[in-house]
Amino acid sequence: MTAWVGARVPRKEDRRMLLGRGRFVADMARADTLHAGFVRSPYASATIKSIDVSAAKRVDGVLDVLTGADLGDPFLRAVLERDEFTPTEMPMLSGDRVRFVGEPVAVVIAEDAYAAEDGVEAVEVEWATGPVVLDIAAALAADAEVHSGTRNCLVDLVLFDDPGLDAIFADARLTIEATFTSARVSAQPMEGRATMAEWDDRDSQVVVHTSTQVPHQCRSGIAQALGIPERSVRVIAPDVGGGFGQKCVVSREEVVLAAAAMRLRRPVIWVEDRQENLTASVHGHEQRYDVTAAFDADGRILGLAADITCDIGAYSVFPFTCAVEPLMAATELPGIYKVPAYRARGRGLATNKAPTAPYRGVSRPQIVLVMERLMEKAAARLGVDPIEIRRRNMILPGEFPYTGVNTITYDEGSYLESLDLTEKKITEAGWYTERDRLREQGLLAGIGFSCFSERTAYGTPTMSQRRMRMTPGYDTAHVRMDPSGEVVVTTGTCGHGQGHETTFAQIVADQLGIHPDQVRLRQGDTDLTSYGWGTFGSRSIVIGGGAARKAADAVAGRLRKVAAHLLEVGEDDVELADGRAGVRGVPDVSLPIAELARVVHFQTHRLPEECRYGLEARESADPPGTFSNACHATLVSVDPETGDIRARKFLVVEDCGVIINPLVVDGQVRGGVAQGIAAALYERITFDQEGQPTSATLMDYLVPTATEICPIEIHHLETPSPFSENGSKGMGEGGTIGAPAAVLNAINDALAHRGVEFDHIPVMPEDVLS
Amino acid sequence: MKPAAFTYHRAYDVNDTIAQLAELGQDAKILAGGQSLVAMMNFRLARPSALVDITRIAGLDYLERDAQGLRVGALTRHRTVETAKIDGFGVLSKAARWIGHYPIRCRGTFGGSIAHGDSTAEWCVLAVLLEARIVLQGPRGRREVPATEFFQGFFMTAAQPDEMIVEVRFPKPAPHAALTEYSQRQGDFAIVAASARLDLTEDEVLTSRVVLGGVGQQPVVVDADLAGQPANEETWRAAGEVAAAQVDPPSDGHGSSAYRKKLTAALVARALAEAAA
Amino acid sequence: MKDIHLIALTVNGTEHEIVVESRRTLADVLRHDLGYTGTHVGCEHGICGACTVLLDGQPVRACLIFGVQADGCEVRTVEGLADGDELSDLQKAFSRCHGLQCGFCTPGFLMLAEAYLSEQDGVPDESEVREVMAANLCRCTGYQGIVDAVRQVAEERAG
Ligand SMILES: Cc1cc2nc3c(=O)[nH]c(=O)nc-3n(C[C@H](O)[C@H](O)[C@H](O)COP(=O)(O)OP(=O)(O)OC[C@H]3O[C@@H](n4cnc5c(N)ncnc54)[C@H](O)[C@@H]3O)c2cc1C
Ligand code: FES
Ligand code: FES
Repeated sequence: MTAWVGARVPRKEDRRMLLGRGRFVADMARADTLHAGFVRSPYASATIKSIDVSAAKRVDGVLDVLTGADLGDPFLRAVLERDEFTPTEMPMLSGDRVRFVGEPVAVVIAEDAYAAEDGVEAVEVEWATGPVVLDIAAALAADAEVHSGTRNCLVDLVLFDDPGLDAIFADARLTIEATFTSARVSAQPMEGRATMAEWDDRDSQVVVHTSTQVPHQCRSGIAQALGIPERSVRVIAPDVGGGFGQKCVVSREEVVLAAAAMRLRRPVIWVEDRQENLTASVHGHEQRYDVTAAFDADGRILGLAADITCDIGAYSVFPFTCAVEPLMAATELPGIYKVPAYRARGRGLATNKAPTAPYRGVSRPQIVLVMERLMEKAAARLGVDPIEIRRRNMILPGEFPYTGVNTITYDEGSYLESLDLTEKKITEAGWYTERDRLREQGLLAGIGFSCFSERTAYGTPTMSQRRMRMTPGYDTAHVRMDPSGEVVVTTGTCGHGQGHETTFAQIVADQLGIHPDQVRLRQGDTDLTSYGWGTFGSRSIVIGGGAARKAADAVAGRLRKVAAHLLEVGEDDVELADGRAGVRGVPDVSLPIAELARVVHFQTHRLPEECRYGLEARESADPPGTFSNACHATLVSVDPETGDIRARKFLVVEDCGVIINPLVVDGQVRGGVAQGIAAALYERITFDQEGQPTSATLMDYLVPTATEICPIEIHHLETPSPFSENGSKGMGEGGTIGAPAAVLNAINDALAHRGVEFDHIPVMPEDVLS
Repeated sequence: MKPAAFTYHRAYDVNDTIAQLAELGQDAKILAGGQSLVAMMNFRLARPSALVDITRIAGLDYLERDAQGLRVGALTRHRTVETAKIDGFGVLSKAARWIGHYPIRCRGTFGGSIAHGDSTAEWCVLAVLLEARIVLQGPRGRREVPATEFFQGFFMTAAQPDEMIVEVRFPKPAPHAALTEYSQRQGDFAIVAASARLDLTEDEVLTSRVVLGGVGQQPVVVDADLAGQPANEETWRAAGEVAAAQVDPPSDGHGSSAYRKKLTAALVARALAEAAA
Repeated sequence: MKDIHLIALTVNGTEHEIVVESRRTLADVLRHDLGYTGTHVGCEHGICGACTVLLDGQPVRACLIFGVQADGCEVRTVEGLADGDELSDLQKAFSRCHGLQCGFCTPGFLMLAEAYLSEQDGVPDESEVREVMAANLCRCTGYQGIVDAVRQVAEERAG
């Protein structure tokens, strides 16, 4: 019997991509398609005195120019149902006030993208600039308000507040106070955002093809902003060129394109350019942690307090709200360590910069960095081995399920095993010798670790604790076998590079005893799939794949019944494998599964009532969440003369439970680690004192190349999760989460003898030399 | 990021280019490899009214080694220099590797780089280091400008808008020359580039010249004469310190002035060591 | 008045004659005027390499060339790599080595690698392959699958 789950199956997606036949939004423009270009604010803070579109309308090739007023001033308001949260409106096209450079104020509709840009230049806006708030300190102090009449602190949550903490800090053998910061970064999918909207008279709906991770949320956003029923909107995500969170929120441009297509009754396309993507989409991870931690003489942590501030930019993104980073950080900071007493305050502060959205890892790269730096600091001060101190603090085998001070229950993981294996592997591979060799060459060199777990697959039970008005979590799959015995699966998740067409097929194929090539996944279309929440937060395989497995299982049950009837055996004796329904222990009696499907559809009268009328099932999954875990190690060299920092070796021991497809899992780990190294060493979104972006090109925002990213060695452990239908745990973000801390620890190891210590990312060459 | 409208003109020889530039007026520009110009046009930071495409001009793509030195045709691609073996000018082929990436080098031209006049550009720095002469042709005829006078400021050169660079002449071979640089990411423009040329015996420097990119508005000649000094690591390091003390580099997102000074010290020492090797 | 030109272009062996506005980039001409949407556009300033095609055999950024400049030239795009439906050795290696995830950068990497490999007689070492592949950006894979694929093909072709 062939088991597809666990097999290194090459991806079904590859062929069309390799042939150049992928279909991305920008590929869809037809001859009659109009092109949209957005007029954007050149100022970080200004009121709009007037917008004059008359000259723009006269530009050759321009058909129309629309302002917010022309579209009925649509807006979105993301809401967290908590007193500590202040909702703010995000206008789809700002009519009176702009709050960051790049904010859209009007849209030009033209016959091609060139003319659209000509038109954009010709729109005359009279601005009156206002005071700017550009960082956390200014946002806290500011009398200036990013949103009139609203405090700049849009969310202020004290989640845990152990009354005994101050006494613990006062009495402890070691109390560490430290501040950790991470720069604002951008997800930078290689395909920017892109939307094409057209009106369909036959279905009386606007069809929005958009590069999104969350088609249903996008439909809800468009419907809410435009005040139309959801059925009037159909959102379709074709091939999506990466997202990493940037496409898991509803874009203002998506709503505007839908409105424009409805108004003009012509297809309209907008393909974001790179400059817009870097400045006017969404950013993430600009955070500061002021932390106090107490340790006993053996290095056991006694208490932890954190004041977490997040620069969330100008708006609360829809529907996640600006609380997504502070909430995640404050809830999950303790991570894999047994912290007996905890206090956390998390704040989201509005500034005159682009809004932040969930970016791969969402606060976890930062909280892991905080905890892993604290372990290193405590180890150094107490003279304990830095690996040993982690062992003393982490949740150990036998302690699972473990409920932490943050009230989170951690399912079984391999925290200790992954650390032990990492240490063994790098020692065997001669990393320490290599470090010495580099040092002899005159380079500084260091080895760094990070140990962590990440909660993945947040279902409604977990998400509802956040109290979002729109609470994501569950997902629903439909599995249908057709008369030829082939299967179509639909899911509300929406893969965009993760290989879901392959991995979902593997899961379903195993349940039904067929080949994955006989399974086709349909996703990313709100008219074809049940309401679902899309692909983000490492949720798809556990929730979407879990639902698909349940639905496939139900169909398998029906097939067994049919086979039992036709073969005149007991249902429990029927086995589905290798394309046939066989009978346990009777090797020569079997029927092709395709034959069962044929009979069900074409000769349903041959079957008893309960076996008739199709082979399909719809099931949902809504788990509480499950923790995957990993240990990262890296060997870093630092050139003492140029400050150049290189990650030279990288090793990951990861445990995501049952692996559906090792090829895909390794790819996710490597891509994630590359983004983590990028955040640690290369990338930062910057502004000048007026709030003008100074990293608006890929010459200034340094997405690393194949030279900066080293080979990444991966080892797997498999601790299945009881909360997951497939036993698998989510793993799309782990690479990004663990890598920055490991790199930072390695840099600090390299520089330890100089008495400098870095607690920020990215560490730039310049930092090393100053 | 779509360029503003312009009219496109193709030139088939140098005279044709000059005539068309004259006719099209001040806002017309030459289009060579386009690896700087088109990017700037896509950002609409450059908006020429007309472009004269010179890439079809035959016979301007050459590397000619003669008794005097080396003549490089304006349309010689970076990649051609990279893959050539030019006696006495190995420094050019080696330095080409620092220019962007393979596809950029397949398209970008020597003349375009000199005309663009980026202070960190490898060809600009080396032209000053090796005291090249830039050959220009215009409505007033041909003229030669020493590279040391050609680069006049931030993306400003001695070439007039109606002139075309036709050739760059390197007067004498430089067997002991090197260029090195630093950028955080491979292929990017240097934050600082350092180049050095030496004449030396086994153990002593006879003459020296050091030129830097990325520390001023144009390539900067360091005032340091190493003649008579021992050809060793100590001399190179000291020269690096001297160079760093002389420059007053700009600050930007890629590095502060102070950082560029430190890079200068390190890179000058490395360039000298490489040149001596 | 638009400045327009009639140009002739051979793409993957097929001859085309079209009228283009002079400011249209080769990338846009290929994608939108001729329908070769396999070539992607990621940055329009020469950094990402998603638009890489072969122009008279040389790898170039199609976003930094105007379509009118390619008049009379031969262009090879990703659509020209396979032999009918049969993937080329390079395409197969990308799939085998998981050198693509979202696939957006893939056409650019394939064309870059195609050009590089055609100039190669031996088997380049890993650091050289990385240096060449550094011309393009991929946000998904961490590059390892891409580098492995190129090296494997170099080995296969070297025999
Ligand atoms: C990603 C990337 C990385 C790069 N990295 C580097 C690098 O590290 N180092 C580096 O030096 N360069 C780098 N470049 C730029 C590249 O080298 C260009 O090729 C070069 O700067 C300009 O040459 P071109 O032939 O492309 O000129 P074009 O872009 O066509 O023209 C540039 C300017 O020169 C003028 N011009 C061109 N030719 C002539 C002529 N013969 N006479 C008079 N005027 C002329 C044009 O009017 C224009 O103003 C990079 C480019 C890119 C896209
Ligand atoms: S689109 Fe041409 S290099 Fe990025
Ligand atoms: S596969 Fe997505 S950018 Fe390379």
